[in-house]
Amino acid sequence: MEKKFKKSINDAVNNSILTGALGKFSEAYRVNRAKAYEGIDFEALRQTIADRKSYAAAHLEELAAVFKQNAEARGAKVFRAGNAQDAVDYILKVARDNNVKSVVKSKSMASEEIHLNKHLEEIGVSVRETDLGEWIIQLAGQRPSHMVMPAIHMTKEQVSDLFSKEVHERLSNDIPKLVEVARNELRTKFLEADMGISGGNIAVAETGSIVLVTNEGNARMTTMLPKIHVALVGIEKFVEKFDDIVPILTALPRSATAQLLTSYVSIITGATPNTDGTMKDLHIVLMDNHRTEMRDDPKFAQAMQCIRCGSCLNVCPIFRLVGGHVFGSTYTGGIGTILTAWFEEMKNSEDIQGLCIQCGNCKEVCPGKLDIPEMILEIRRRLVADKGQSLAQKAIFTVVNNRKMFHAMLRTASITGKPFTTGSYIRHLPFFLSDLTEGRSLPAIAATPFRDQFKKIKQPECNEKIAFYSGCLIDFAYPEMGIALVKILNKAGYEVVYPQEQTCCGAPARYNGAYEVAANNAVDNIKALLKDDVQYVVSACPTCTVALNQEFKSTFESLGQTEHIQDAERLAAKVVDFSVLAKKLIDEGKLKLRKGVNPGILTYHDSCHLKRTLKVSEQPRDILRKAGYEIKEMFECDMCCGMGGSYSIKLPEISRPILQRKLENIRNTGAPLVAMDCPGCVMQIRGGIDQSGDRISVKHTLELLAELIED
Amino acid sequence: MYEKFKLRAEAVGAEVHRFRTKSDAKEFILSFLKNEGVADKNKSFALWKDSAFLKDEDKKSLSERIPGLKFDITRQLAADSAAGISEMSYALADTGSLVSDQTSINERLVSTLPAIHIAIVGTSSILEDKIAVFKKLRPENSSYIAFITGPSRTADIERVLTIGVHGPKRLIIVFVDEMEG
Repeated sequence: MEKKFKKSINDAVNNSILTGALGKFSEAYRVNRAKAYEGIDFEALRQTIADRKSYAAAHLEELAAVFKQNAEARGAKVFRAGNAQDAVDYILKVARDNNVKSVVKSKSMASEEIHLNKHLEEIGVSVRETDLGEWIIQLAGQRPSHMVMPAIHMTKEQVSDLFSKEVHERLSNDIPKLVEVARNELRTKFLEADMGISGGNIAVAETGSIVLVTNEGNARMTTMLPKIHVALVGIEKFVEKFDDIVPILTALPRSATAQLLTSYVSIITGATPNTDGTMKDLHIVLMDNHRTEMRDDPKFAQAMQCIRCGSCLNVCPIFRLVGGHVFGSTYTGGIGTILTAWFEEMKNSEDIQGLCIQCGNCKEVCPGKLDIPEMILEIRRRLVADKGQSLAQKAIFTVVNNRKMFHAMLRTASITGKPFTTGSYIRHLPFFLSDLTEGRSLPAIAATPFRDQFKKIKQPECNEKIAFYSGCLIDFAYPEMGIALVKILNKAGYEVVYPQEQTCCGAPARYNGAYEVAANNAVDNIKALLKDDVQYVVSACPTCTVALNQEFKSTFESLGQTEHIQDAERLAAKVVDFSVLAKKLIDEGKLKLRKGVNPGILTYHDSCHLKRTLKVSEQPRDILRKAGYEIKEMFECDMCCGMGGSYSIKLPEISRPILQRKLENIRNTGAPLVAMDCPGCVMQIRGGIDQSGDRISVKHTLELLAELIED
Repeated sequence: MYEKFKLRAEAVGAEVHRFRTKSDAKEFILSFLKNEGVADKNKSFALWKDSAFLKDEDKKSLSERIPGLKFDITRQLAADSAAGISEMSYALADTGSLVSDQTSINERLVSTLPAIHIAIVGTSSILEDKIAVFKKLRPENSSYIAFITGPSRTADIERVLTIGVHGPKRLIIVFVDEMEG
């Protein structure tokens, strides 16, 4: 990562104004969004949007032609801009031809994308942004930090300073008064302007309509008062039918700002009358600027389904810490990373793609059904394929690629690590993953890994077998979790087999874009785990479960290694996460819990891969309740803990505050115990608790369960 | 549906009134304008966009009752008015929104520039939701279809909700039972 980029991250996370405003907003957003969607079948709604938008994306040429015909029949002029320059040239020509001196703009991200203001100003046109947030940003000479709330990073004091300079009068910090100043200042500009420039939230082919969605009323002014209206519309905004507006208009305000509907929605179809009785000179610029290329890439075509609501930013644990400016381009957050890679160039997303922790929050709320984390991984993969790994990463993955070397190294670490170990935590880990660890202790590498301890476990005679896939963390850091698992499954009447040839699940390699390494890991594991005739392959690490269950196949597919896909599917069919299996065994009566015990209160942390990829959240809670625990839910129980595998090592400055927030939420429940189902989360949260000195114990559900099953 | 509409519209800051007869509604509007200080001077005018509601009204006598109430709309007058009055075609119960064909520039001027917008709607024109209104909208005949939901708002400074940025600061919705839908 570039030093400059690291510095911008550090500046952002240490900017308490920014993190405070974004943090407060994101917490409120979650609650308000849920409320706004009450009574709406979100899954059905977003499927509809995804279907209609993907249809439009697949028929862009056709829809653009139909749109042009319909809008022109109604008096509009439609220009198709292949790239940013074409769009700029056209708009400048309209301005010159009409002797335009001043422009008012309502919010348009597409105009930011092509730096339209700068170009207009260069030919002597004065440009006023009229969306309050955009105007603030314009006065400050900055870039929007959020798609929907451009000035969210600024305080009223800063705004007051900017406005005071603009109106040559010392203003107070009173927000309503500041808004009044903007109203009066911009009202004059609206009335004087020769040209209004807007974006377009939706473009409807069958009617030639554009739809503008705003709260302030500036789009109404922009499209009403000046005699020329230019609407700059990205071609991803197309829908085929007029009725397609309905689902988008249902989702957009709810997802963007948790509103049922914005104050104003304008559906403009062709030229409208001006205030002097003439007809509007309406120009609609349909801009491609790499959108068709993006559409033509099978992995990224889905990005055309985006309705630009910004909800992926609002729920992102990273965005709320760093804000938009760190992204360095027009579009920010998860979707911004993808759009930057396409609208600019892939390498411009090199640093920012690394910000994604792959927690999956955005995928869950996206009204266009975009799989943003998956697309970001694909960018990562392509960057690595193109440029190769950094030297340090290459060294790591050379090791992970070779099971024997990898395991030998972990064993060595357990010995060399010893002098530095205090209790069961390590302060300075001489492990290849170390350059850490303020705010979190790391576990010591176990003296004897699970794979060795397993050989000494005496198991009862059982008819049925289950293979255990431990993953590296249970194997080398938390072997006691493995021991607990064997104990539980034995009680349920299963013999546990532990294929010694199993190796790293490949997730670290995959999440770092090293798909070849991930594929080699997958091949080794498939071979090892399909060797024995077992009923299930169980994993107690959701990240590993996801790898075994879903990612082996998709890694092979990405690399075109079709010969392994069938085996990957055979394995996937047997793979089950521990919490799901345990719930099943309890329900079937195979696993009995001790009666009449009252182990007390705990709070539960949902791990990202378990909750959002495997869709498992009730099963572990159910097990814990059946075992006698009372669960006191924490705030944002399913928000990422900041671990993200090697993420916490690459970006400790981001991982740390995310962890602190999680610890605060745990603490606030007052529970003496926090349970979770992922050893990675255990490592992160236990390490944080060790450093903070809280008297809260951190356990994997299976450790708790092992204590509470009937003998 | 009226109650649902009122709840939703008030939740976003609109003021909702309902009258049985046109005459009651008219009296309300006139006394409202008076209370708001509408007068025959710059920045204090009220502009009423002609509509079915005014069909049998003697506009001159209305102007005599409320000096400053005008019916001939211009861009400058709209900018200089304190209140604008227009009729809107539909109300949507599920979002508290008003919907109308506002192709006529005067419809837009009176509902956008003045600080107060008074919208007259027939009570029978309340529809359930967007789906219902989209069955009635005809973009082939309407160049400008407007949805208005509450007054103009922003939260662009510190996420603090503030009413009245560029559009009206107040939206007064006057339902009239005795009006054709």
